[in-house]
Amino acid sequence: VILRRVLIANRGEIAVRVIRTCERLGIETVLAASAADMDSVAARRATQVICLGPAPANRSYLCVDAVMAAAIASRADAIHPGYGFLSENAGLAEACEAAGKTFIGPTPAQLRAVGDKLKARSHALAAGLPVVPGGEAANLAQAGELAARIGYPVLIKSVGGGGGRGMQLVRSAETLAAALDLAIAEASAAFGDPRVYVERFVAAGRHIEVQVLGDGRGVVHLGTRDCSIQRRYQKLIEEAPAPRLRAELREQMQNAALAFARHLEYRGLGTVELLMDCERDSFHFLEMNARIQVEHPVTEAITGLDLVEEQIAVAEGRALRFGQAEIRFDGHAIECRINAEAWRDDFRPCPGRIDHARFAAGEGIRVDTHIEAGVEIPPYYDSLMAKLIAFGRDRPQALERLVAALRDCDIRGVESTLPMHLELLQTPEFEVGAVTTAYFPQFLASHAAVSGAL
Amino acid sequence: MQLTDDDVRAILKLLDASGFGSLELETEQFRLSLQRSDAGGWTQETVTLREPEPLPAAAAPAHPPAGAAAPEPAAPAPASQSVPSGPQPGLIAVTTPLPGTFYRSPKPGSPAFVELGQHVEADTVVAIVETMKLMNSVYAGTRGHIVEICLGDAEFAVQGAVLMRIQPDAP
Repeated sequence: VILRRVLIANRGEIAVRVIRTCERLGIETVLAASAADMDSVAARRATQVICLGPAPANRSYLCVDAVMAAAIASRADAIHPGYGFLSENAGLAEACEAAGKTFIGPTPAQLRAVGDKLKARSHALAAGLPVVPGGEAANLAQAGELAARIGYPVLIKSVGGGGGRGMQLVRSAETLAAALDLAIAEASAAFGDPRVYVERFVAAGRHIEVQVLGDGRGVVHLGTRDCSIQRRYQKLIEEAPAPRLRAELREQMQNAALAFARHLEYRGLGTVELLMDCERDSFHFLEMNARIQVEHPVTEAITGLDLVEEQIAVAEGRALRFGQAEIRFDGHAIECRINAEAWRDDFRPCPGRIDHARFAAGEGIRVDTHIEAGVEIPPYYDSLMAKLIAFGRDRPQALERLVAALRDCDIRGVESTLPMHLELLQTPEFEVGAVTTAYFPQFLASHAAVSGAL
Repeated sequence: MQLTDDDVRAILKLLDASGFGSLELETEQFRLSLQRSDAGGWTQETVTLREPEPLPAAAAPAHPPAGAAAPEPAAPAPASQSVPSGPQPGLIAVTTPLPGTFYRSPKPGSPAFVELGQHVEADTVVAIVETMKLMNSVYAGTRGHIVEICLGDAEFAVQGAVLMRIQPDAP
């Protein structure tokens, strides 16, 4: 098949991002938007826009029937689901098959295999990957028993989830019940699936992931990313390749990702998330994200590929357009997620109207955004406003460019995390690189201590 | 047609060679403003001028959203509940910490955090407000009895909205 008209069932910066590649490829775009987004930048840049339903996501972006009705009404050949929302929903992929539309993503079976995090764990074991100790927690009794067995602290994660939503850290048995309730509520709201599971919490690990691309027959990897700077399991800064990683360990991680994707005969773009245990110098499988990810631009920067274009190519049924040996890794890239949040006020979300949005431009700088002066950021969706990506021949150059670029950015009307990134990137720890997931909470604590003293 | 990052970089190279410090570019589609920053780098500001081109909305789905997220607010219950006597002086308002969707129970189908007339401690969780995909617990903040619940489940709470009122215990 050759795709001529793609329905984008998403919003925000990723919708703008997908439109950009479609436009370059001469593919028409129809943005499927909620009532709150009918006048968004993505709506203005798409060839056309169609209303999915009211603002709340469960009546628009999370509604399979609404998305399918929009695809049929707009005579789209295919649906690009972006990330989040229905991007990993096997029901949507199946409905596409039934309606003769191309789903730009993996097969329904593959989405089921990795979308259910418990199934993904067993597939990982079958493919020979090590997994973090844990298991299903259908009720409080089972969760308590499991947590006691693997030892506190534990993480409660959403079986249907990903992206950190619905995740709760539990330090002791006393707080388990409340955390379980909150995790279930978040999981239901974010994914429509209240099931959760429990895993051992690794206090000082690095979150390293491997980008893979498959055509259903062959699989290649597109290198590593380090996403260890996280707040409450939400990534804030990502870089590629993962810095200061022992060469053999990097190769083992890449091979593990390939083994997992091959085991599934994976078709599409995906990310195998691994947790590196720094003390033991080893890693465990966490999950696979069967979609394009927020942080994909850092991989694009070091490979020179357009990952949305590759997604479209394999969705059209074409074979991979390059073998592993043809993929060249060059330089280093770092991305900051700029959110509408007041970071000094416990990252309070700040929906509102953008009065002014100025971004850096120039050599080695990329900005993926959906905000500009006059844009309204609604309270219904996530707080991501923009991604600022810097590329350099090596990590010091990328970092230098990123710091200079952050200084040149100015967003007014809502609070943004720009100042936080500027402070964080200039800490000695980040400059050295390869910090663990324990670093960001420390940075916040030391910052709070300094602010308190002033 | 929008400019790509490569287009912008090519324009900036020309500007660098020319010695100009800024460029304003306007088409029917967009307005782009490139400025040299104080630090010597370049900045960009874009305004998308093109108007959206809406297609007629698709027919409403025949059955409820499959696999869609709960809580399911098909029609938010708008009624404010209060004890017959109504609000009295001395009541303490529980306000929303953020604008967002007000939920009375931790998950769909489960009992509400609190019911009218219930006694709460200051640290009792009385509701959840969902803002930008985050569930924020709302605490009573006061020891006393819940005498009014001002919003229906899954109703939208604007910034600072009063969610509940509490009759505080005598000190």
